[in-house]
Amino acid sequence: MSSSTTTPELDHWESQRYKYGFVTDIESDTAPPGLTESTIRLISAKKQEPAWMLEWRLKAFRHWITMREPTWPKVTYPPIDYQAISYYSAPKQSPGLQSLDEVDPKLLETYEKLGIPLEEQKRLAGVAVDAVFDSVSVATTFREELAKAGVIFCPISEAIRDHPDLVQKYLGSVVPVTDNFFATLNCAVFTDGSFVFVPRGVRCPMELSTYFRINAKSTGQFERTLIIAEEGASVSYLEGCTAPMRDENQLHAAVVELVALDDATIRYSTIQNWYPGDDEGRGGIYNFVTKRGKCLGNRSHISWTQVETGSSITWKYPSCILQGDGSKGEFYSVALTKGRQQADTGTKMIHIGRNTTSTIVAKGISAQQGQNTYRGMVKILRGAEDARNHTQCDSLLMGDRCGAHTFPVIECGNPTATLEHEATTSKVGEDQVFYLLQRGLTEEEAVSMIVNGFCREVFRELPMEFAVEATKLLSISLEGSVG
Amino acid sequence: MLEIKNLHASAQGHEILRGIDLTVRAGEVHSIMGPNGSGKSTLAQIIAGREDYEITEGTILFQGKDLLELEADERARAGVFLAFQYPVEIPGVGNVQFLKAALNAVRRARGEDELDTARFLRLLRERMALVSMDERLLKRSVNEGFSGGEKKRYEILQMALLEPSLCVLDETDSGLDIDAMRIVADGINALRAPTRAMILVTHYQRLLDYVQPDFVHVLAGGRIVRSGGKELALELESHGYAPFMNGSPGSDTATIVTNTAGAGRKAAIAGTGA
Repeated sequence: MSSSTTTPELDHWESQRYKYGFVTDIESDTAPPGLTESTIRLISAKKQEPAWMLEWRLKAFRHWITMREPTWPKVTYPPIDYQAISYYSAPKQSPGLQSLDEVDPKLLETYEKLGIPLEEQKRLAGVAVDAVFDSVSVATTFREELAKAGVIFCPISEAIRDHPDLVQKYLGSVVPVTDNFFATLNCAVFTDGSFVFVPRGVRCPMELSTYFRINAKSTGQFERTLIIAEEGASVSYLEGCTAPMRDENQLHAAVVELVALDDATIRYSTIQNWYPGDDEGRGGIYNFVTKRGKCLGNRSHISWTQVETGSSITWKYPSCILQGDGSKGEFYSVALTKGRQQADTGTKMIHIGRNTTSTIVAKGISAQQGQNTYRGMVKILRGAEDARNHTQCDSLLMGDRCGAHTFPVIECGNPTATLEHEATTSKVGEDQVFYLLQRGLTEEEAVSMIVNGFCREVFRELPMEFAVEATKLLSISLEGSVG
Repeated sequence: MLEIKNLHASAQGHEILRGIDLTVRAGEVHSIMGPNGSGKSTLAQIIAGREDYEITEGTILFQGKDLLELEADERARAGVFLAFQYPVEIPGVGNVQFLKAALNAVRRARGEDELDTARFLRLLRERMALVSMDERLLKRSVNEGFSGGEKKRYEILQMALLEPSLCVLDETDSGLDIDAMRIVADGINALRAPTRAMILVTHYQRLLDYVQPDFVHVLAGGRIVRSGGKELALELESHGYAPFMNGSPGSDTATIVTNTAGAGRKAAIAGTGA
């Protein structure tokens, strides 16, 4: 399977492995490549934004041009030409859609192919979906049902127009405009994403999810998501992502902010399956993402669960700021790298309040020439009395050309803290594989079973149907990486 | 059922098996005994399809098919079962999930329908009674946190569930206390059938107090240096393997005695009074 020549059979085999690699042939309205203040004005105008939003973007842009791209991650890639990217692309359709009937059937078909039917009769029960295609949200299901419970679930571009007070209050309150190179770029050029607001005391009656799809060539996707759970509210949110197979790299620089007030709970799950590039490392998505949650209220709880199997490069550290007393942060992660994929991922847990607890369970799987890095920081501030953290960091290696690296940092400013760190590195044991083969399983079934077993602690944090999805995805991703 | 002819095998350039001949027919139980390092486990692993060995000469036919042409998983689905000497732990993989996947893989290969969870669990409970396995163990991961005896019983349970045609038990008796030995032996005896053959690889004679083999073979220096009935095991028990050790590699004095079915049967009957 390491042959460097491309034959039609191999192409077919390759596309079998990444079954979301198709392109939707749809007419789109795409901005010319390049990034200047006028690009930002164009995006803001396309989105019919109020003046304050444009000002916010321009402020970010003016800061961004003074910033340098970070070089500390353990990933290598050729320099990105930010002037060669198009920052806005939207499928052409009549503006101001009133119902799904007006959505281009090609788009509905695309999401159906991805396993996310949007039409009313086919929808997944109990899951509301916001479908983001390139730079715009094309449909959001179950909005009326959610509205009855007081939950707002809509594209963020719409929230900026319809709920400006909430957006102005919370946007940038967790990830400041000047936070980091990619986040600041996102502030300047973000196009769409989801907005969730769960009011005081409301348990969101269904799972919310956003499905991100990159389709257009030479474009970047800059998604922005903001989730707010008021006092005593709870919500579970899931995002999925896929993209066509292309020889060029595409940039996805997202920012996600979560805010949990007193006694609120937010569970945020990601199944990231962007196109990973081919076996020689051609193409694939650069997934440079800033995700952060703020446990602002006492006893608030934010939990991140991520299954990262796609992208040629993943750079993301979903983090928690544990500000409220007794607040709780969790990070459960599975990152799989194969082919030439590189992942530098982990989390930051910042303990500020008293009696704050955090749990980190990170599982890295490296196959073929994949490089997997766990980078984590646990920081206990001086006032964080009786803070507790448990970190478990396990790496699984398949073959002898891959790599696993861990960079855990602990900064403890309070002597009452309890910190635990466990780390293991293991190889998929020949003995384990042989045992399963001897019981009649094929080699791929055997490896998939072993790897899924390795990930079980993380998968059980996912909502049921997505845990099944994650298990399947992992098995598909591992096909062809055995032996 | 199984026909091994002139089998030579080596690992890392070192010859371990130096011409094994062995014929096992359906319904028979053969015991292969021998000192440490004689090649007993190697033979068991090669039958099961472990790839760490190079077969330099010889053939293995299983039900008339060339076994060496089949991958380990194909052999398993064709009915070859190895009860491991050291069953490996697989963290995070639940026993029920594992057993069900294995059974359905084998059933598919036999042209039988797959069992759904309810039917599977019914069958599993029935077979668990055979080896007195605690149902709570099913909640754990494969072999994880099992005692030595539980691991061995679990191997027998898998054998009972998968119903293979050829069972190779690699030192299943090692590390068992007397009660566990009896349970394992009862399990093995219950699985003896006219359509099924068994090879018991063992160092000590004591398992044979409970399971009566039809034939006993002594393996030393990579060859079968003697074959006989049950009485051969008793002879080994009193004299040890030393008398056979001059038949070790390089020596031409080894006598290869072919199976004498009559003697074996007689011995087996004689021993049943115990």
